Amino acid sequence: MLRIECPCCGPRDHDEFRYGGDASVTRPAHDDPDPEAWYRYVYVRTNPAGLHREFWQHVTGCRQWLVVERDTRNHAIASVDLARKLSARKLPARKSPA
Amino acid sequence: MSSNHKRLSMDGRIDREQPVEFTFDGRELAGYRGDTLASALLANGVTLVGRSFKYHRPRGIFSAGPEEPNALVTLGTAGRREPNLPATTLELEDGMVAESQNRWPSLAFDVQSANGLLAPFLSAGFYYKTFMGPTRRAWMFYEQFIRKAAGLGRAGTDPDLDRYDISHAFADVAIIGGGPAGLSAARAAAAAGARVALIEQDFLLGGQLLAEPSDSAAAAWLRQAVAELESSKPVTLMKRTTAFGSYDGNVIGLVEQRDPTNPQPAGEARQTFTMLRARSIVFATGAIERPMVFSNNDRPGVMLASAARTYLNRFAVLPGKKIIVATNNDAAWRTAFDLADAGAEVTVADLRAASSAALAAEAARLGVAVRAATRIVDVRGGHAVRRATLNGPDGQSETACDLVCVSGGWSPTVHLTSHVGVKPQYRDDIGGFVPGAFPADRFGAGSMMGTYSTADAIGDGHRAGTDAASFCGKSAPAPSPSKLDLGETAAAPLYEVLPAGRGKAFVDFQMDVTTGDVELAHREGYESVEHLKRYTTLGMGTDQGKTSNFAALAAMAALRNATIPETGATTFRPPYTPVAIGALAGRAIGHHFKPIRRTPMHDWHMANGAEMLEVGLWMRPYFYRQSGSDVNEAYVAEMRNVRQAAGLMDISTLGKIDVQGPDAAIFLDRIYANGFAKLPVGRARYGVMLRDDGIVFDDGTTTRLAENRFFMTTSTAKAADVLSRLEFLLDTAWPDLRVAVTSVSDEWAAMSVAGPKSRAILSAVFPALDVSDAALAHMGLLESEWEGHALRILRLSYSGERAYEIYVGATAGEQLWGRLLEAGRPLGLKPYGVEALGALRVEKGHVAGPEIDGRTTLDDLGLGRMAGKRTGFVGDVLRRRPAFQALDRQRLVGLECLEEGKRLRGGAILFLPGEKPYGHGRGRVTSVTFSPERDHYVGLALLAGDVASEGSEVVAVYPMKAETVRARIVSPVFLDPQGERLHG
Ligand SMILES: [Zn+2]
Repeated sequence: MLRIECPCCGPRDHDEFRYGGDASVTRPAHDDPDPEAWYRYVYVRTNPAGLHREFWQHVTGCRQWLVVERDTRNHAIASVDLARKLSARKLPARKSPA
Repeated sequence: MSSNHKRLSMDGRIDREQPVEFTFDGRELAGYRGDTLASALLANGVTLVGRSFKYHRPRGIFSAGPEEPNALVTLGTAGRREPNLPATTLELEDGMVAESQNRWPSLAFDVQSANGLLAPFLSAGFYYKTFMGPTRRAWMFYEQFIRKAAGLGRAGTDPDLDRYDISHAFADVAIIGGGPAGLSAARAAAAAGARVALIEQDFLLGGQLLAEPSDSAAAAWLRQAVAELESSKPVTLMKRTTAFGSYDGNVIGLVEQRDPTNPQPAGEARQTFTMLRARSIVFATGAIERPMVFSNNDRPGVMLASAARTYLNRFAVLPGKKIIVATNNDAAWRTAFDLADAGAEVTVADLRAASSAALAAEAARLGVAVRAATRIVDVRGGHAVRRATLNGPDGQSETACDLVCVSGGWSPTVHLTSHVGVKPQYRDDIGGFVPGAFPADRFGAGSMMGTYSTADAIGDGHRAGTDAASFCGKSAPAPSPSKLDLGETAAAPLYEVLPAGRGKAFVDFQMDVTTGDVELAHREGYESVEHLKRYTTLGMGTDQGKTSNFAALAAMAALRNATIPETGATTFRPPYTPVAIGALAGRAIGHHFKPIRRTPMHDWHMANGAEMLEVGLWMRPYFYRQSGSDVNEAYVAEMRNVRQAAGLMDISTLGKIDVQGPDAAIFLDRIYANGFAKLPVGRARYGVMLRDDGIVFDDGTTTRLAENRFFMTTSTAKAADVLSRLEFLLDTAWPDLRVAVTSVSDEWAAMSVAGPKSRAILSAVFPALDVSDAALAHMGLLESEWEGHALRILRLSYSGERAYEIYVGATAGEQLWGRLLEAGRPLGLKPYGVEALGALRVEKGHVAGPEIDGRTTLDDLGLGRMAGKRTGFVGDVLRRRPAFQALDRQRLVGLECLEEGKRLRGGAILFLPGEKPYGHGRGRVTSVTFSPERDHYVGLALLAGDVASEGSEVVAVYPMKAETVRARIVSPVFLDPQGERLHG
């Protein structure tokens, strides 16, 4: 019975959300040809007992994808943020010349 | 009508002005309002109320609460029949029909117990041994007999006639338990300014105070506390409400029983399931008295001491005249005194060598005989106890009696706190498990924390209520609690499982687990509590071992020569007491089980002979009855009509997504395996999306409406998943792409006109539009308006015929549908359903859901050329992994049936000719149809690539119908491989 504090909609019951998996893995760039990188992104998970960053989408609300930090031992939620905000922050680094 | 001959003439918390009539096993009986079924039965002298689970031993009423292991009854008849209800928790209701369980032919004479036929098969570990060992075959034989013999009540088979509701509730402070600690906590929290919900499973507040005489100081304290809470605005009193589970996020699952004393408005819910969310929780769940373990301790007439006191003081029933109170603690002495005061002849047998002078003096005053250092070892009597064997300093002796009250001390009710992972911890000073450390928003009070005296429990509750309110930021000064001292002394931390006499000594009454079973488990190495539980089925009854867990633990500890904490405690899981499935379902049953989605043309389909089919949440026309007498006849006729004239299909269920933004083309290029960036405005393209792992995700067409605007369709089934995935990629992976995606599925009604006559029909309906091949070529788009509604016509074909998809504003859907049929009728236009749609695409070799099944790649489906050498799209790298290139990987092929009068079936397993039909075979048939063109069954299949050479034969085996049929491997395109009909 999680309750997620949606940054747009306020505290909402978890029935309104869709789980979207591990948010701690890094998605390779769309044109990254390295099979190893994609293999790690798709299959390799740490499965921690403790704080876990994961994606949730507020499907029956604002439809935003969120990054939720949840303690897998007791489901306590430490933080909720807009995924778009967090991923946009990473952009300059990605675009910087190698 | 019976006599209530065990009822005392005065006192008790029953309303003697309001008699209540009920039946038990067909006998007409009466009790009073305020009775439970158990107290009314006892008042009428009914002591034998059921037969036990395995051994069919006679059983009586053992407790006065939800811990009851024995007195389980079936209530109601037909659609209101409900088995395994503890008579001790059932509020007596006019017209109640109760039946005893697990007896045949009658409760008093039961065949199974008379011969004890099956007893040897039913010892501990029986199930494990017979399932696992060489006796597995014997199990097959015995099972049918044992299933008949063992068990509790039978569930009803009729539809439930009652109504149930689900609600959500919120509180600052939830207090579970309305005994002295809970009442005190509620007063404190309310005074501090918190919004309080007080939850009590009983129909009266008070908990153990209800067992105090009705003219006592305790009763006065209770009256005042309840009156105060009833008039307190921020307090919601939830009586008849069981907190059955405690969950993460401070959610408590509650089931509330309807108040039978209220005049019932029609349709009122029998039970309401409430999810209560509280900011903090006070657990004041009390404690459950422990039984004693001795021979035949399960006989009717053996009862918990606290229960006897409850029956006496709360229900004014004197359950015996010559009573033995066997105890290891002081609390049970109070039962002895009250019973003696009510006129019974009482003997206290206390395990301890000495008792306090005060107790001894009171015993002397009331004429209670006291036998110190004395244990009870056996009772005699079949349907009721007649004698008890006591063993003390003067040796062993038999004493006549008609009631044995037992008290092995108390076990704090730590079930709810355990549900959310607060591990019980053993406290030596009270000889019991209390909750371990609570998180900051949870509090405990009263006997569930091991605080057994009423005075301390009230103080404890006040403190917990204040703290819980303060946690919510409510800390208005609260007055100190009103005091109540009942002069109880602390229970002695003593518990031992007594050496048994000749008969069975039970630790778990409901599951018929004896000390012998515990010994057997120990001998065979099942020493840990969790193993013991599974090996003996201990604690697995509907009572979840509320009275048995500690006894079993103590027995095992003794056998292992270990302490109780070393032996461990079992984990409690919800529900605390059984919950009717109906309550959890609420109103989500039948039609309301899930939402139903209807297309804009739904009413037309219903009015015009459509047989409807549930496709996910959607209702879609399966076939039209005027096309044929059954689906097989109808779909073939509908297919023929499409191929020869024209058909009209409702395709409104397709997912429709509007994709806009300066980077929309780049975005589509990344999410589709085939390219979209170069798609000209006004053109549509078929596209396939992959998952990151390289497996095909979904397919559909996307049309470029303008430079920066696209109209995407998805399969009906994947509509929601595709949109969510697109949003995911934009939010998490590519926030730099300036693209917005929006579902427009419900904005458009969609219909497909397919067949050689389709263009002529369009010309007739849209005379102002140019639908010539020059203006609207294959894969072309025409945007316009129809009767003031937005209109899009796409020339797309799924069937292989010349065809048009027409999208119109949803509100105009039914109108345009009607207009098309009217204008098309002279040209042979008829509607067709999803069965014909599926058949048409199979004939044409198009893949759909059965082939895009989450396991197939582009190459598997013969679509590899769509991606070609492209890179940079979702799934592109992992789709090229070596395992997907294996030669024997299953690939799409066509099959045609080679045997006259036989057919192919979806799901059939494929083998090579002469191969033994065993295992998973070389592949499977995914979709089939009768092909009017070929005049036999054809199908699509996934078949191992190393044997899938066109022209060779396979054998399709369908074990469900014991069918075997020969088929030839052919191209999956059965019709018009050049695609000429698209332009016909
Ligand atoms: Zn939201």
